Amino acid sequence: MMAAVIFFMASAIVLLGACGVILLKNPVHAALSLVATLFGIAIHFINLEAYFLAAVQVIVYAGAIVILFLFVIMLLGVDRAENISAEPILGQRQFAALALVGFIVLGILIGIATAGDITGVPPEAASSSPAEGGLAIDQSIESSDGTIIAPEENIRDIGRVLFSTRYVLALEITALLLTIAVVGAVVLARRPREEFEDIPEIEPPLLLRTDSMEEPPPEGLIETSDIELAVHDSENENQAVSESGVATE
Amino acid sequence: MILAITIGPGYYLALSAMLFVIGSTGLLVRRNPLIMFMCIELMLNAANLAFVTFGKEMSDLGGQISVLFVLVVAAAEVVVGLAIVVAVMRRRPDASVDDVAVLRG
Repeated sequence: MMAAVIFFMASAIVLLGACGVILLKNPVHAALSLVATLFGIAIHFINLEAYFLAAVQVIVYAGAIVILFLFVIMLLGVDRAENISAEPILGQRQFAALALVGFIVLGILIGIATAGDITGVPPEAASSSPAEGGLAIDQSIESSDGTIIAPEENIRDIGRVLFSTRYVLALEITALLLTIAVVGAVVLARRPREEFEDIPEIEPPLLLRTDSMEEPPPEGLIETSDIELAVHDSENENQAVSESGVATE
Repeated sequence: MILAITIGPGYYLALSAMLFVIGSTGLLVRRNPLIMFMCIELMLNAANLAFVTFGKEMSDLGGQISVLFVLVVAAAEVVVGLAIVVAVMRRRPDASVDDVAVLRG
């Protein structure tokens, strides 16, 4: 009964936030609506006894990904007007609206009509024992009356399964993927070198100047411009590194 | 009246379907690449919700593990995608997504 109230409130948050993402013109407002949606999803995760995922949802999605969105929005400028009246493909809007209505009605019909047996698991199998070959959630985490469940048990189980032989290779590949993503983001967001050639060269400070620098090779001056380049690029790099750091946790 | 409803997995899956459709609609309608990325996030979250729902119903932790991997891939995708957006916008400040249909500057 309480679960029903929580479900419908969180669903309202999720759906209103999702509509806000696609309807609001200002990208900053859309990003904040996305936070509302992600938070509602986190509430649903708690309702579904996925406590660790609820925390990760708030920390990684709302804390890192949306902040990354906001950084890019601010970097590009919030006053960038979107010409929403232009329709590049003929009839695209009408088709999208039709598909929206149709799929929502279909989803509601299928969901409500087959609410009991949609997963294909017999009710006794779902309640008593895990599916064949499935990874059992430790049933002892539920108390006898089924009301108090320790969230740390869920986290411990996820950790054990994640580092078991079944998923540890995927976990390592995920780490590799994050590394590649960070390197790729730095390479992509790096400015081309030609843009910096018209920047006047900066003389080294007098205190650092020695006799050996009286006849500096041209490479030395290029190196100072490289330092400038690195300073400019460090903003993007910091975003990407903090992003991956949080996601790996 | 509404409080007497037992929330089964079908409700969560219906919500997931609605969220996915809203996200795909936004992806089709909007022209701002940032908003389109947010719509992709909406669709990924809809899939995550379905994963967790099925995982709970099957008493299987694999659903939650899958959501973790989806989350990591989403983070990587957003990082690379936003880097591409920044690079394109820096070169051509008034570009829309239709102007970058070919991957050349």
